[in-house]
Amino acid sequence: MSSCKDEPRTDTKNLPEQEEVEVSNENIPTLNYNELKPLLNKKDDKTHVINFWATWCAPCVKELPYFEKIHKTYNDDNVEVILVSLDFPKKKESSLIPFVKKKNIQSKVLHLDDTKEQFWIGDIAESWSGALPATLIYNKDKRQFYEQSFTQEELETEIQTFLN
Amino acid sequence: MKTTLKFVFVLSAIIVASAFSIKTDKDGYEIGDAATDFELENINGKMVSLSDYEDAKGFIVIFTCNTCPYAVANEDRIIALDKKYKPKGYPVIAINPNDPAAQPDDTMEKMQAKAKEKGFTFPYLMDKGQKIYPQYGATKTPHTYVLEKKNNEYIVQYIGAIDDSSRDPSAVKVKYVENAVNALLEGDKPEITTTKAIGCSIKTL
Repeated sequence: MSSCKDEPRTDTKNLPEQEEVEVSNENIPTLNYNELKPLLNKKDDKTHVINFWATWCAPCVKELPYFEKIHKTYNDDNVEVILVSLDFPKKKESSLIPFVKKKNIQSKVLHLDDTKEQFWIGDIAESWSGALPATLIYNKDKRQFYEQSFTQEELETEIQTFLN
Repeated sequence: MKTTLKFVFVLSAIIVASAFSIKTDKDGYEIGDAATDFELENINGKMVSLSDYEDAKGFIVIFTCNTCPYAVANEDRIIALDKKYKPKGYPVIAINPNDPAAQPDDTMEKMQAKAKEKGFTFPYLMDKGQKIYPQYGATKTPHTYVLEKKNNEYIVQYIGAIDDSSRDPSAVKVKYVENAVNALLEGDKPEITTTKAIGCSIKTL
């Protein structure tokens, strides 16, 4: 389990749940884009892997274990994984929470609820058409967006390019 | 001689670099491009092409599918678009781009059932062999292209979402497709030509 203590306080002021990493997915926070944006633009020493997914998106669900493996095996390399769910708000209680519990997902899960898609899709990445799954990988030196599915090998290869 | 070699080297570097940028750029149409016609099987077993519609002024081509929650959330709006704009010369043509081998709920039989259940008023075609959606550059369902027929070409005039609230029809403020078609019917260019929306990636094996 990674600690949040090195992170700048300003990033977490809207997200008290973030401090409680050990039980992070007991309570999945719902954020609007203004609240999510700081997590996509941190200037710390970590490499951040932000995966956009939904329980109804089959290729997203298929690649979740790959992100879980990154979360486990690259913890010491300062890699942080966040899984941002785009499930419909009315499905949070009935689909998202039970899914995360059943799959025992250990990476941090957030729920994005913001209807201003026109703004935030392009703000996250100009190249993103809005298709799921999609993944943002960034650190303070490099930033790349992937509108695609990954295999475990492809995902690790990409992450390596941020660590070297 | 040395200068020539240097020139050749620089030139080849440029060619290599541009080859890479072409490779990483997304293929597909931009506004103003002429879109390809197609011949795809409809749910009634007949083949449908844009050229069948001799009197059409243009088309609302929508890549959509049976299962994607965003596609489902837009079904009634797609029917409403067809009912409103078919009489004005802009019929809806829906194309399912998913490979049924990758998404078993998008077989022809299930497309027929969906069209019957919802009362689709427009053709619902299967992109068999997935040859058409990559040419358009569709990445997801739903993904809409408004085409204007001009000198027997189909000019892409709008690409993107149906409106500004894909998952909640009651919160729509701007109807992008309607505005684009209205502008074209008036002989104008659409004010907004490209928009973004969340959707389901197109399923391939």
